[in-house]
Amino acid sequence: MSIWRAIAAATLFAAAPALLAGEIPPDARRSGYSFMGPETRAMQDNDTSNPGMLFVLDGEALWGKKGGSADKSCADCHGDARSSMKGVAARYPAFDKALGRPVTLDQRINLCRANHQQAAALPYESRDLLALSAFVAHQSRGLPITAGSDPQAKPFVEQGRGLFMQREGQLNLACTNCHDDNFDKRLAGAPITQAQPTGYPLYRLEWQTLGSLERRLRSCMSGVRAQAYEYGSPELVALELYLMSRAHGLPMETPAVRP
Amino acid sequence: MAALINVPAKARRGDVIEIRALTSHIMETGFRHTADGKLVPRDIITSFACRYNGAEIFRADLFPAIAANPYLSFFTVAKESGKFEFEWTGDNGYSSTASASITVE
Amino acid sequence: MPTTRRQFLHLAGGVTAAGTLPIVSLRPLQATPAMLTTAIRNVVGEAQIRTGRVKLDIPPLVENGNTVPMTVSVTSPMTAAEHVKSIHVFNEKNPQPNIGNFYLTPSSGRAQVSTRIRLADTQKVVAIARLSDDTFWQIAAEIVVTLAACTEEMN
Repeated sequence: MSIWRAIAAATLFAAAPALLAGEIPPDARRSGYSFMGPETRAMQDNDTSNPGMLFVLDGEALWGKKGGSADKSCADCHGDARSSMKGVAARYPAFDKALGRPVTLDQRINLCRANHQQAAALPYESRDLLALSAFVAHQSRGLPITAGSDPQAKPFVEQGRGLFMQREGQLNLACTNCHDDNFDKRLAGAPITQAQPTGYPLYRLEWQTLGSLERRLRSCMSGVRAQAYEYGSPELVALELYLMSRAHGLPMETPAVRP
Repeated sequence: MAALINVPAKARRGDVIEIRALTSHIMETGFRHTADGKLVPRDIITSFACRYNGAEIFRADLFPAIAANPYLSFFTVAKESGKFEFEWTGDNGYSSTASASITVE
Repeated sequence: MPTTRRQFLHLAGGVTAAGTLPIVSLRPLQATPAMLTTAIRNVVGEAQIRTGRVKLDIPPLVENGNTVPMTVSVTSPMTAAEHVKSIHVFNEKNPQPNIGNFYLTPSSGRAQVSTRIRLADTQKVVAIARLSDDTFWQIAAEIVVTLAACTEEMN
């Protein structure tokens, strides 16, 4: 290797100290929306053709419904979600001081149910939990993602980054091998995206229903023949937090539509 | 369970308007099996109808090849102010309705 | 420098056939062309089916066979004397051949219907319109459906 090339490489490295090899620079980050065909984009763009909006409507009804032994609704504490929930989902997963770890929006909803409504937790991927989380996240549509900025969340962002870079499964692939190094190429006919979680919970044409980012991460893991982490596990929460911090500044799209 | 209806709030007499109707339903085909080999029974919407001030203007028979959360878009001529009524019926006694109003000038 | 498919597959460490997991691995029941013909004859009887007047819009690249946007439109003045009575859509290889029947009236104004359909495989889709003079017109399209990578196994 010539000395000039070594210097050029060193300069590049110095110019981007925060980026690990293969990471996508901030100005090159793109929502999965930009990888879709015009028909699927049209499905997301119009609220009366976006099937995710059915869940947002259900969530709006649940927001005002009293429940639990406290007989309280979300609205009894939080009022009108249009103002009180604006921007909230863009900050999640968020660090919870009492627990000393980050919690996802789904977990926050269930913590609210346990602590304030004295109601049973809603199961992961249940229609009610997805609907509430879609309704809350929808209030942030168009706002930039800020999750992971809290200094207390940093160690967990780093944990998530480590998991994203770590090869796993029988195919011995890390998330980064596809989503940092090979986005815009195709895998079995489908475009490989940057894995920017801008629109969760989102409506997948494949699922024919709304689903969480954790569900998506678990299907990626089974795709590489790895044992998927359990819903709500520290590993999935850390990955979710890293992905949201990696999408910093991209606008929220909930409920997005994806193939 | 929610339904999303799109009817223009206002139209001019004689305009051809688009109507869109989207409703929540799993549309279980009856051809899928669970992991332990049991057939998941069919559970679909089989029929949709739209009435404009009481008169049927559009009807559809749906089959398992219609995707979950059925979406339908169709057209009609705006004739008079009034009400559109939508009705979905299906397996296991399923029935749901929705309505939307229009002002025709 | 663009990476070729071969290079990428090598890089991906062997995501070849194993990376493609259909959501349901076996579809023992498929509408055979004979079933398609029977389903069509159930609607049109012995009438002649002419080609033309009907247009079928399905994206050339189906992003997921579980939810495929589809629009059928028919050239017609949509008057009391001359209109489209109904539109019937069929497929060749789903477990059964019918997709939907759509009934219009002269006051429909425009003979056009959109919905979202399921296509289990690459196959032919046929749309047939019945006009007010009881003639039948059709169009057929071959739709390519690829299986997405890294899909979930059914649970």
